[in-house]
Order: sequence, then C-alpha cells, then structure tokens
Amino acid sequence: MLGKLSIDALPFYSWVAMGGAAVTVFGALGVFALVTWLGQWRYLWDEWLTSVDHKRIGIMYIVLALVMLLRGFVDAIMMRAQQAFALDSQGYLPPDHFDQIFSSHGTIMIFFMAMPFLTGLINIVVPQQIGARDVAFPFLNSVSLWLTAAGTGLVMASLVIGVFSTAGWTGYPPYSGIKYSPDVGVDYWIWALLVSGMGSTLTGINFAVTILKRRAPGMKLMRMPLFTWTAFCANILMIFAFPALTVACTMLALDRVLGMHFFTNDAGGNMMNYANLFWIWGHPEVYILVLPAFGVFSEVVATFSRKRLFGYHSLVYATAAIALLSFTVWLHHFFTMGSSANVNAFFGIATMVIAVPTGVKIFDWLFTMFRGRIEFSAPMYWTLGFIVTFVIGGVTGVLLALPPVDYVMHNTTFLVAHFHNMIIPGALFGYLAGYMYWFPKAFGFTLDERWGIRSFWCWIVGFYLAFMPLYVLGFMGMPRRMEQYNVPEWQPLLIVASLGAVVILLGIVCLVVQLVVSIHNRLEARDLAGDPWDGRTLEWMTSSPPAPYNFAIIPQVESRDAFIEMKRRGTAYSHPQQYTDIQMPKNAMAGVFIGGFAFLLGFAVVWHIWWLAVVALLGIFAAITGRAFNDDTEFVIPASEVEKIETERHRKLAIARKHYGHDDQTPVADPFPGGAA
Amino acid sequence: MANTSAQPSPKTYLVGLVLALMLTAFPFALVVWGSLPRMQILLVIAIAAVIQVLVHLRFFLHLDLTHTPRENLLAIAFAALLICIMMGGSFWIMFDLNHRMM
Repeated sequence: MLGKLSIDALPFYSWVAMGGAAVTVFGALGVFALVTWLGQWRYLWDEWLTSVDHKRIGIMYIVLALVMLLRGFVDAIMMRAQQAFALDSQGYLPPDHFDQIFSSHGTIMIFFMAMPFLTGLINIVVPQQIGARDVAFPFLNSVSLWLTAAGTGLVMASLVIGVFSTAGWTGYPPYSGIKYSPDVGVDYWIWALLVSGMGSTLTGINFAVTILKRRAPGMKLMRMPLFTWTAFCANILMIFAFPALTVACTMLALDRVLGMHFFTNDAGGNMMNYANLFWIWGHPEVYILVLPAFGVFSEVVATFSRKRLFGYHSLVYATAAIALLSFTVWLHHFFTMGSSANVNAFFGIATMVIAVPTGVKIFDWLFTMFRGRIEFSAPMYWTLGFIVTFVIGGVTGVLLALPPVDYVMHNTTFLVAHFHNMIIPGALFGYLAGYMYWFPKAFGFTLDERWGIRSFWCWIVGFYLAFMPLYVLGFMGMPRRMEQYNVPEWQPLLIVASLGAVVILLGIVCLVVQLVVSIHNRLEARDLAGDPWDGRTLEWMTSSPPAPYNFAIIPQVESRDAFIEMKRRGTAYSHPQQYTDIQMPKNAMAGVFIGGFAFLLGFAVVWHIWWLAVVALLGIFAAITGRAFNDDTEFVIPASEVEKIETERHRKLAIARKHYGHDDQTPVADPFPGGAA
Repeated sequence: MANTSAQPSPKTYLVGLVLALMLTAFPFALVVWGSLPRMQILLVIAIAAVIQVLVHLRFFLHLDLTHTPRENLLAIAFAALLICIMMGGSFWIMFDLNHRMM
C-alpha cells in the first residue's frame, strides 16, 4: 500500500536532521496558519496561485528563489562549520548527513534558487521590455511555475520523509546506481530534477516564442534591449540543453527502478556516458544562469552611467557566440575521465575560446561607464562587484581549461572556489542587482538603498573571505566534499572560510532588513511615475506596478533604448484619442493541479507507491484534457475600465512631475547624447 | 504542383505515412531476420532514422526549401547543428574512451 514508505523514513538518525525537518514542517504550518488567520486563502488562490499574469508568476518565482536561497545557504554554512571543526574529529555531522548536505546545497542553488530567480526576472521584465501585454502562452507559463514548485517540494519533502541523495549535485553513477545508493535519496534528486527540468524546458519554449512573435511594432531584433537578448539566448539554451538532462535522469531512473543497465558497471552499461550526457546539459546550464545576469548588468550599467550602452552590437554577438560555444566545451567537466590527448585538447581550446566573447562584454561595460555620469545606486554596486570578482573567476577558469592543470586541480577545493567565483558574482549578484533594479516596477515602491549597499558589502567581503582560502587549500591539495581531515595546516584557512560564510549571512540578514524597512517606508518610496531611475527601455513606460495589460496602447518603437528616446521627443506619456477593449487570458487552476499531481507522481515513484503514481498520472492527464476542452480562456477588459485605470495613472504621473520635477515635455538631460559608442 | 507543400493534402500525409512505416519496418526486419554484421545493422538503423526525420519534416511539417520562411529554415538548421555537435561529440568522446579501454 505504501511501497517502501514506513515510519523509519522519519529523520531520527541525527538531531541536526531532525532540526531541519522540524523547521520545514513548522515553517510550512506557520505559513498555512498565517494565511488562515489573515483569512486570505481566497485572495491567494484567486489573485496569485491560479494567476497566469506574467508579472505575478515572476514574483512567485522570485519568492520561491529567495526562500530556497535561505535553505541552500543554511546547507552552505553547515558545511563550512563542519569543516572548520572537523580536524581529526567527527565534527557535529555524521558523514552520511554531510554528504546529503553538499548534495542538496548544489542541487538547490542551481535548480531551485538560480533557475527560479532568473525565470522570475525574465517573466517580470521581458514582456514589458518588448512592449507586449503577456507572454505567448500564459497558461503554459503557470504550468512551468508549478512544475518548478513541485520539484522544490520534492527536495523539501526529502528533509522530512526519507533522505536526500549523497551522490553530489551531479549524481554520477555507478555510485548513484541502485547497488551503491539503495535508499530513496537519489530518487528524490532524480524526480526533483525531472519535474522542474520539464518546467524549465517549457519556460524556454514560451519565452523564445514570446520574444520572436510578441515584440511591439518597430522593435527589430537589433533594437531589443540587452536583457531581452540575453534572455532569448538563455531560452534557446534551455530548449536545447534541458532534454539532455531529462534523458540522463530518466535513464538513471530506469536503471534504478526497472533494473536496466545504461550506466551500470556490468551487462554492457557505461557509466561514463552519464557524465557525457549530464554535462551536455550542464555546461549550457552555466550560461543559462549567467547570460540573464549579463543582461541585468547591461541594463543597470547603461541606466546608471546615463549613457547608451557601449558596443551594443558586440554585446549581442558576444551573447550569441557564448550561447553557441557553450555547446562545444562540455568535456572540460571530465578531462580526467581518460580521453585521449586530442579530445582533451579540443575541448580545452574551445573552453579558452569562450573566454573571448566574455571578455568583450567586460570591456563593453567598462567603456559604457567610461566618462559616464555614474550614479552609485545599489544595483550599480552589485555590477561593479561583479566585474572585479568575475574576472578573477574567469582567469582561474582559463587556468582549469588546461587539461594538465585540470589533472592536478580536479576534485580539489580549487575547483569549488572557481565555480563559486563564477556563479556567485556572475549569476547571483546579477539577480540581486535585477531584484533591486526592477523591484519598484513589480511593487510600486523602491527598495531601501542603504540596506541594499550594506548587503552588497557583506556579500562581497564574505565572498572573498569564504572562497579565496579555498583556492589556497586547493593548491595545498585538499579534496572537495571532505567530512573530516587530518592535515592541521588546512584548519586556519577553513576557519577563515567559515567566517566568510558568517559575513555572507550578514549580507542575507541585510537583504531581509532591506525588505522590511522598504515595506515600512513604502509610502515615502512610492514610484508614482513608474520610472524611478530615468530608465531607457520600455518596461519603465508602464505604471508601477503595471496594469494587468501592461500597455493600454502598444507602443510604436522607433529606435534602440525606445523609452528614453520617447522621453526626449516628449511622446512618452501621451494620451491616446480613445482606448479600446483589451483581451486578456483568464486565470487557470489546471496549472496548480498539474504541479500538485507532478509532485505526487515524483513522491510515489520515489517510494514505489505504484497506485499513487497511476492516480497522479491520470490526474495530470485529466487536468490537461480538461484544459484543452475549455474554450472560454479569455476575458475582455472593456475600454471604459482601461480608461479609468489610465486616468488614474496619468493623475499619479502629474503628482510625480510636480514632486520630482520630472517633466517629459522638456527633453531629459543626457550627458552624452548619442553616447560614446 | 508548386503548391503541394504550401497546401497539404491527404495524399502527402499518406505518402509520408507509408514512407515512415517502410523506414521503420526495414531496419526492424533487418534486426529480426537479417544476417548482416552488428556494426552494419547499427549503421543501417541510424541512416533509416535520419531519413525518417527528413520524411517527417517534409510530409508532416511541410518543410521545403522554397516555400518555408527563411527564419524557420534557419531555426531547423540551428537545431541540426546543435544535434550534430551533441551527437558527434558524444560519439567522438565515447568511442575514443572505448578505444583506450581496449
């Protein structure tokens, strides 16, 4: 009846694990109780959970990402604490639990922090940047969100019921095969990835189509804002890379559940093919994470340098080149697997080549700032921190691209330091910059600058403290993922690294304080005009938060940086002769149900509860079929309603102009008209 | 005749179906009844699969080089390029490894 599930699945094996389970359970119950106490279930369900509005879906993605950032960070600081103490001793974590923690840290940070964060930013921003009212497939967007949430749910469930994988975030067989990992941990990992990976593939398709088909009239490809360009390339990567992960994980699942032997040692299996398939997805994935962040930096640097982006064309071509090259380097993740020199040399050189377009981008951002009137806002701090730190990570990456060096460094903390040095500044700093940059667009008030800047300083100082020692430890030969060690020379550096984690914790605390302070001061920080930074691109043309339809009248795009051009010509906020009816997609419950059943499906297969798996599959089928037969999926916002919303909008604009002296009738000053580019 | 691809008719679908069935049945028969060496059978299966992909594109998705918009062809070409990189790279890597393990 319950498959392998029994009372033994509860985490009584260590007090730390019980603590984690308790936090998860009581956290969920707390949220549940709070919503019930506030009597807001109906509001939550009608306005958010079933919403197909891209802005709300984006906000929900980012909430998910921030919660999982906390969870992933707790894993990180637990590892740092363990390694700071575990010289010649057990520390406080049993080995099996430590292994679960490093596995879940990587899995969560990549799949359930970074992916939702960038997907959320793309959701909120891209349709507005291209002058669209919604994405191409609004319902599919909701399905993607709930599949991602279902995957997250599986990872969180593993904290309470059963265990998580101990095979690292990459889950290499044969260790992740049924013979060496007979418990449910790897199954949780596989199904979390399969379910959320499906969501990511659908997101990729949705936004690639949106960007190709839904651009406002006049917005040619080469007039698209850079964030839209990087989002587009990341979406293409999602479409082509994620199927490889789905295939690899499915084959591993077949090995484990149905006794097949794709990746086993015997019966003709080949475990090396798993590494091959996994990294065919894995390397493009790095650029899926990093490209949208590059887009954020491009927007931020142009806005706050008050200049046109330097070398727009080179940035676009560099983005496209990176997207293509990212498919040609995957073997550098397993140089030491034993390929011949020619194979390793080819992929090593390809890896070094990819640094070239990345370098082009760095110079473009630097030249954008050159002779700009730089405004040191919080997003700009993240950008500057990124440029400096990312270059260091890039250099260690080119070092690791040399196969002979990789033979020495692989599996050491040098590698750990390298990829954190890429992903923390290259992705997370970008997302946080985007979060602070676009927060007023999503919620209608700006975030507190001081706490944002404090958070930045904590993050960057904490980052250097936490990861520079790992480079040194790598040179000293310390392998990654050690639960305990017996080399006294390592300990001081590991203590410094754990202090770094504490400083990063302060950075996270600052983020929370920033949010609380900003909500408290939201009336003073209101963004009445919808354009708090004197923005350049179309998303700043809408009100903050935007009306459901974003644009009452679809803008006509005449140039790159369309909005600042309109402001210059005084046409940005013109009243139309009359408004027309606007057709919008209706909310849909099917997305929530599909996500819920996908969670049940994953849970059922993890525990071999086959009847439940069948029920869940039938549920998904029923939800999709029911939705397909529903022809009543749109509603009309009548012109009168649109007019009411827009009149209110113009009233606020008038107040904003009076208060802040923004007057779009006079051209907005630009220190370098036309830019230096 | 010039419009056959622009306006699909039942005939094109039927031709596509028959071709696809043949391209499936032939390798299948080869595996069950054929007596070719293993490597050659695998090669025949691979070639038949690729031809079948082209049949699907031509008869079911109505793709051809004159009527299909250029950007659609570009998208297909890009997909083909990536598939070649992934599969070609995988074959290269795995056969190389296999060779070194001998």
